[in-house]
Amino acid sequence: MANGTAATISEPSFLEYKSGFRSWFYTTDHKRIGILYLVSISIFFIIAGSIAIVMRAELFTPESDIVSPHTYNVLFTLHGSLMVFFFIVPGISASLGNFLIPLMIGARDVAFPKLNLGSYWLYLIGAAILLFALLEPADTGWTFYTPYSAKTNTNVILLTLGIFVLGFSSILTGLNFIVTIHKMRAPGMTWHRLPLFIWALYSTAILQLLATPVVGITLLLLIAERTLGIGFFDPDKGGDPVLFQNFFWFYSHPAVYIMIIPAMGVISEILPVFSRKPIFGYKAIAYSSVAIAIISFFVWAHHLFVAGISETAAIIFSFLTFLVAVPTAIKVFNWLATLYKGSIQFHSAMLYALSFLFLFTVGGLTGLHVGALAADIHLHDTYFVVAHMHYVMIGGTVMGFFGALHFWYPKWFGKMLDDTLGKIAWFFVFIGFNVTFFPQFFLGVQGMPRRYATYLPEFEPLMKLSTIGSWILAIGMIIMAYNLIKSLYSGEKAPDNPYNSLSLEWQTSSPPILENFKEIPVVTDWSYGYGKKG
Amino acid sequence: MEQLTADHVHVHHIDPVEEYEQSKFGMWLFLGTEILLFGGLFATYAIFRAKYPEMFHLDHLKLDWELGALNTIILIGSSMTMAIGVTASKKGNNKLLIIMLAITIICGLVFGFNKYLEYTAKFAHHIYPDTSIFFSLYFMMTGLHMLHVFIGLIVLLIIMILAIKGRYSASYNTHVEVGGLYWHLIDLIWIYLFPLLYLIG
Amino acid sequence: MNWVPEVASSFAGKVDGVLWFVTVLSIVFFILITVLLIYFSFKYKRKTENDETPYITGNQTLEIIWTVIPSILLFVIFAYGLIVYKEMRTPPGDAVEVNVTAKQWIWIFKYQNGKSTINELFVQHNRPVKMVMRADDVLHSFFVPAFRVKQDLVPGMYTQLWFNPTKVGTYDLFCAEYCGTGHSQMLAKVYVMSPEAFSRWEKGDEEEGTIGTAVTKASEELGKDLYKNKGCIACHSIDGSVGVGPSLKALFGKNESLQDGTTLEVDENYLRESILIPQAKVVSGFAPVMPAFKGILTDEEVDALIVYIKSLK
Repeated sequence: MANGTAATISEPSFLEYKSGFRSWFYTTDHKRIGILYLVSISIFFIIAGSIAIVMRAELFTPESDIVSPHTYNVLFTLHGSLMVFFFIVPGISASLGNFLIPLMIGARDVAFPKLNLGSYWLYLIGAAILLFALLEPADTGWTFYTPYSAKTNTNVILLTLGIFVLGFSSILTGLNFIVTIHKMRAPGMTWHRLPLFIWALYSTAILQLLATPVVGITLLLLIAERTLGIGFFDPDKGGDPVLFQNFFWFYSHPAVYIMIIPAMGVISEILPVFSRKPIFGYKAIAYSSVAIAIISFFVWAHHLFVAGISETAAIIFSFLTFLVAVPTAIKVFNWLATLYKGSIQFHSAMLYALSFLFLFTVGGLTGLHVGALAADIHLHDTYFVVAHMHYVMIGGTVMGFFGALHFWYPKWFGKMLDDTLGKIAWFFVFIGFNVTFFPQFFLGVQGMPRRYATYLPEFEPLMKLSTIGSWILAIGMIIMAYNLIKSLYSGEKAPDNPYNSLSLEWQTSSPPILENFKEIPVVTDWSYGYGKKG
Repeated sequence: MEQLTADHVHVHHIDPVEEYEQSKFGMWLFLGTEILLFGGLFATYAIFRAKYPEMFHLDHLKLDWELGALNTIILIGSSMTMAIGVTASKKGNNKLLIIMLAITIICGLVFGFNKYLEYTAKFAHHIYPDTSIFFSLYFMMTGLHMLHVFIGLIVLLIIMILAIKGRYSASYNTHVEVGGLYWHLIDLIWIYLFPLLYLIG
Repeated sequence: MNWVPEVASSFAGKVDGVLWFVTVLSIVFFILITVLLIYFSFKYKRKTENDETPYITGNQTLEIIWTVIPSILLFVIFAYGLIVYKEMRTPPGDAVEVNVTAKQWIWIFKYQNGKSTINELFVQHNRPVKMVMRADDVLHSFFVPAFRVKQDLVPGMYTQLWFNPTKVGTYDLFCAEYCGTGHSQMLAKVYVMSPEAFSRWEKGDEEEGTIGTAVTKASEELGKDLYKNKGCIACHSIDGSVGVGPSLKALFGKNESLQDGTTLEVDENYLRESILIPQAKVVSGFAPVMPAFKGILTDEEVDALIVYIKSLK
């Protein structure tokens, strides 16, 4: 049990002690930097999500009626690029990670607060470059495959440059977190007493550090091909277009684990609190995060089964892909077991956590379909893959993100959310999400290819259903956004520990004071001691 | 050593020993990312060398290996001077530190100048980055390396200025150590680049 | 409801077998997890603020069980997928070869007998065929859902796939690797024909029901069909907007400037020449990338296209 003391009323919280633009833009306080990231990624989430609504509206009918095919191609490129690089990769790490890591480990800030601010400014610079890229935006897809990306007349260079700069933001954040977790834990906070959210962010940080440089050099080489005429990916110059795909996915596969592991960490925090039970299988979950991170480096070519790689390579990568499913499955079972004989409260955060279990299971299981060689030949580049990835990214990561927002909102902003409104929003999000994406599994099996601006009439009914789902999903998000913003002003004042959680961040004030704790706590047990006698 | 937050009112008191350990750890992690960045280029090199051994052999003969060898010696020497500087700083010998930093920077500048000579000679012979896969690799790898040399020089220059201002002592020399590590990495990368590009045959 | 496309190749059913196997296993685990999730959520719903909960932190036996069993099942899925994959990647020695070239945004098929077709692939029922494929410009991908085949076409290298068409009929062929503006328009048809029909086609007789049937359709309607199905639509608009190529709207009779600086009035001869040998007279401001349709379209088809173009005022 930790024994940090809550702040007295007299000392201002980190939100109150100073105001004004300069106090935010030049802040080195990890809690404020977390908010800066939260706002920024949310803005991009809304932009990229709105783009998706337009895309699905266009797809309501088979012909090109709302936008031209070229514009549609630009839209899906922007939707993917913005969602991946400006929302989901920084995602939970940069926003909640920044806010929570020092609090959860009992530190006053991260290891390098100024570098932390620098990471955020790099994010803004990347976003600014992106704005210029919107003049004649790229139409390559977020995957930028050559030769098309080397030849198209659209603005590939600026978009990839923006992403390159963002890569630095990601690397430096990962670096900061690793050093912080290694070196700044409170006395008594051993590795095996760390909250699982920290284990998750630690594994994610390793991936950010090691994988991101590879996409950096890949995009640099693409820019060099477009500017200097180097030909590593150009067959006319002796190069190999498939080499680009190998480099790209060497990063981008670990990247999907950068996306999901933090959300898994969130689930490991929410379930015990709202079941009043210890997390089941702490070590299994902790180590499986690390195992997933490591194995994730060895599966990239499962994106290339039909790209022209050798059969031997395909076989090896399919095998390793099934291997990475094992630690993932272990987690799901452990989470489920946490609920057993618990005392379960259906707070909105808990609803998001439970729906994560449900939806991520679908996403994970459908990954098996595309991991199996014979099946993937049929399913690759169809709507099946689109459905699979959205089940893991929205059904997984975004559910985790929303759950985290609802869970830690009182701690972060000192106000309580309207839980009824939260549940209503959740309901629309859950239903809307499934109506949008479940039909897409069937579309894929039936042979509907992805990235199609126009399509054959036989796919129209399911496409229409999917579009209607997107409207329901949007309504849910709007209700949720309304709740998040209005509660800042009219929400009930939050107590220090509204859910009686045992982890360190809840043992200080809501919101925390600038220095996090009046005195650094001394840790004597893990944070999942629910139900423990004495 | 105080670490100031933006408003200068609240101060995080950081133990200098802790800060030193954390900064060193952080720099080692960063060096790891640099190795992966260049690793992509080394992988490209390996792939295309296996594919076009003849082209690599013929093209590499057009490189000025003597100038490259000179640059290698200069860079290794600069690593040595940097190491002496770091040791000097740990012993509190600020004067020696400044001299060593100056020599290291000069070595870096000479390295850069030699690269300028090399590149202009290539262009004069109509050899450009798009001339062949080998030269694409040559220009990309040495170019990216040179970019890192420039960054390193700026870092060392800042450290030298701070040293002149008396910022470092036996008890506080984190920047020097960390800057030195970065410089050593730049040297290490070159030590792999040089034989792979200039000497294979 | 059609869960899967038609089973029209020798291994399509086997691919479906893998799909069903994974799906059934997935449903079993999905139901297990969902039932437990819902059951636990309701059975252990909070009753009071001071509910007693047991301090259970783990169970090694369970961990072993739910590591080992999934691992075994996962390996079985992998193995099953591998076995069918091997068959899909091993063409029989007597497979007939067809060359495929994909370029933005059409499919060009070249047969052993020297014939060439655009956007129409003719194969014989129950005779294995191997596609030897190459892309001209950017990545494309040959995808026929009914056969369960897919393979990318890469510039600078040859890729292949094979199939044995086991059902007479017409099937959709899609491009499955994003290749630019015309990606979703890069459609083709596969005609699986009885041996008699196939040999009639081989000898040069027009086949009923294919896109190029000249017999019964009025010229303008045929021209319109050809415009859509032979790839013209990918580069030439009919509404005046400029694409990869000039718009066909109000083209006939127009004074056009060519790349060599001369001008001419667009007439039937110019249209015919530009369809058959497009590089002869390229319009100024456009790249010379149009494929040549000489030997691919019949005279009747060219006539029909000209009639159609004339109708676009």
